[in-house]
Amino acid sequence: MEKKKNPLSFQLDLKPEDFLPATQDEQQQLVVMRDSVSFWKDGLRRFRKNKVAMISLVVIVIIMLLAFVVPAFYPYSYEQQIRGSEKLFPFEYSRTELQRMEKGESVFPHICGTDRLGRDYAIRLMMGARISLLVGLVASTLVLLIGSIYGAVSAFFGGWVDMIMMRITDIIYTVPDILIIILLSIALKGPLENLAALPAFGWLDRIGPNLVSIFVVFALLYWVSMARIVRSQVLTLKESEYVTAARALGASSGRIIKKHLLTNCIGTLIVTTTLQIPSSIFTESFLSFLGLGAAAPMPSLGTLATDALNGLNSRPYLLFLPALTISIIILSFNLLGDGLRDAFDPKLKD
Amino acid sequence: MAKYAVKRVALGFLTLFIVATLTFFLMQAVPGGPFVAEKAMSAEAIAAQEAKYGLDKPLHVQYWNYMKNAAHFDFGQCIKQQGRSVAEIITTKFPASAKLALCAVAVALCVGIPVGCIAAYHRGKWLDNCIILFATCGIAVPSFVTATLLLYFLSSKLQLLPSIGLDGPLNYIMPVIALAFYPTAYIARLMRSSLLDVMGQDYMRTAKAKGVSGFKTLFKHALRNAILPVVTYVGPMLAQLLTGSFVVEKIFTVPGLGREFVSAISNRDYTMIMGTTIFLASLVIIANVLVDILYKFIDPRIKLK
Repeated sequence: MEKKKNPLSFQLDLKPEDFLPATQDEQQQLVVMRDSVSFWKDGLRRFRKNKVAMISLVVIVIIMLLAFVVPAFYPYSYEQQIRGSEKLFPFEYSRTELQRMEKGESVFPHICGTDRLGRDYAIRLMMGARISLLVGLVASTLVLLIGSIYGAVSAFFGGWVDMIMMRITDIIYTVPDILIIILLSIALKGPLENLAALPAFGWLDRIGPNLVSIFVVFALLYWVSMARIVRSQVLTLKESEYVTAARALGASSGRIIKKHLLTNCIGTLIVTTTLQIPSSIFTESFLSFLGLGAAAPMPSLGTLATDALNGLNSRPYLLFLPALTISIIILSFNLLGDGLRDAFDPKLKD
Repeated sequence: MAKYAVKRVALGFLTLFIVATLTFFLMQAVPGGPFVAEKAMSAEAIAAQEAKYGLDKPLHVQYWNYMKNAAHFDFGQCIKQQGRSVAEIITTKFPASAKLALCAVAVALCVGIPVGCIAAYHRGKWLDNCIILFATCGIAVPSFVTATLLLYFLSSKLQLLPSIGLDGPLNYIMPVIALAFYPTAYIARLMRSSLLDVMGQDYMRTAKAKGVSGFKTLFKHALRNAILPVVTYVGPMLAQLLTGSFVVEKIFTVPGLGREFVSAISNRDYTMIMGTTIFLASLVIIANVLVDILYKFIDPRIKLK
């Protein structure tokens, strides 16, 4: 007979079918574990939310496309001097070009006009931006390589190694950099030009010895702050358990530095490198403006600005365009760096 | 403290020595010499000139002689400008550069610090946003851009200010703005973030709770702590302004040391390059040492090692 149920009982009224195994769907519903959020995912999520940083990233991509891809398809080249079309205003055509257009040929307009030698200014601007970006990117990569390894080695070995290495950075830090940069870039130019003449170093000639000397000089002087930042990070990281564990397992110092220490300060590395780019571009434009940067006919944004100084009153846009371009490039890299810092390395926020 | 000062000064001298040595050998490594550009000179004349300046001797002898003289503050004769000593050129040309740089330092500090404080006090409001916008754009504009834009608008278009030289007080306005633009923006940013940091500290809340007036908390408690990063920046800023004035001097045709340095480099005027480098480097190094020691006075908690 059925047991009479006490209406006040809290006992569950269970039936045999309640003990059946759960179906697949029911099992799925109960999964509350999310995918583990990795360092990158977390940072990228924060980065995507940052509108300013995303906009500056888009601006940088556009400028990069203009600087590296568009010149390949552009109908004019940066050193081509078009006879008869000297000093044209934007979208103005020279007489010969007008005649050609009457014959039915299509002539690509000079979007930004031409300079006093009849070179299309738009392509020169793009090439100038290319030089600036190249300087920024290559110099920062070199700074990243030298600075991170130096800082990590110094912190990892500690003791007198650290002391000597840090005294060296102290000295380089107090050296007035612009003076040495100017001297070094001039001193390196000769040897590099000789080197470029050798057949094995043809690539050097293609990049331009001047530019290479700027890379080297920036790399030689600007790694110091990177080294200091990495050192302070590694000093705390090297006390952590996984480093002890790695050493107990017999990992070599080189492996620990490479696999454990440097990978763990990757956020700092990315942020510092990104913020290094605008400052290299800044210095390069300064040098070019003084006539010590990239060599003619290769334009850099700084040289374009200096050249425009002569005809400032009649055609000021020749100055405004490179000035604007360089400011936009530096601004976007600064904002991108700030965004990356907020996303990947919130501790670094100043 | 005294030990630290001695150590810093010693390090300063070491740096100066290294800079001088580096410059000497770099300069010699640059292809060409001071007499290459002059077409009319015969080989004998060049040899005679080189003998006159001791350039015919082996490099290490030249180096030793130069260093010995430099230690006695004798920087030699200028090679390109006959009959003038390097020290003479530096003393006649430097005042213009120094005046510009000092005015720019004053402007950067007097504008940057208050602007940063105002931004921090109005955190999140429109005034703060405006200041941040200005500061972010300010550190993205190289000084030559500011200088040329000023030249174009204020001098060529509106004809408000004279564009050349440093004769009257009006002449200073544009070069000083151009030089001070970047450091002002940088200091404003620095000041804002460090003041925000300080205002979140417990002692600020304590001061407020005790009933100290807002004015007094700002000046006695907040500012003194928040100004430290700005003080650290003054050394590098001075270096930046002294060398940054090269560009501004070129644009506004100011007869300063920067132009001399750049032309000395392109002329391979060895003694002039050495003299200017040592002079500017020692200024920068002295400024850095002074700032480091000043630090201790502003914040006695800092342990100097």
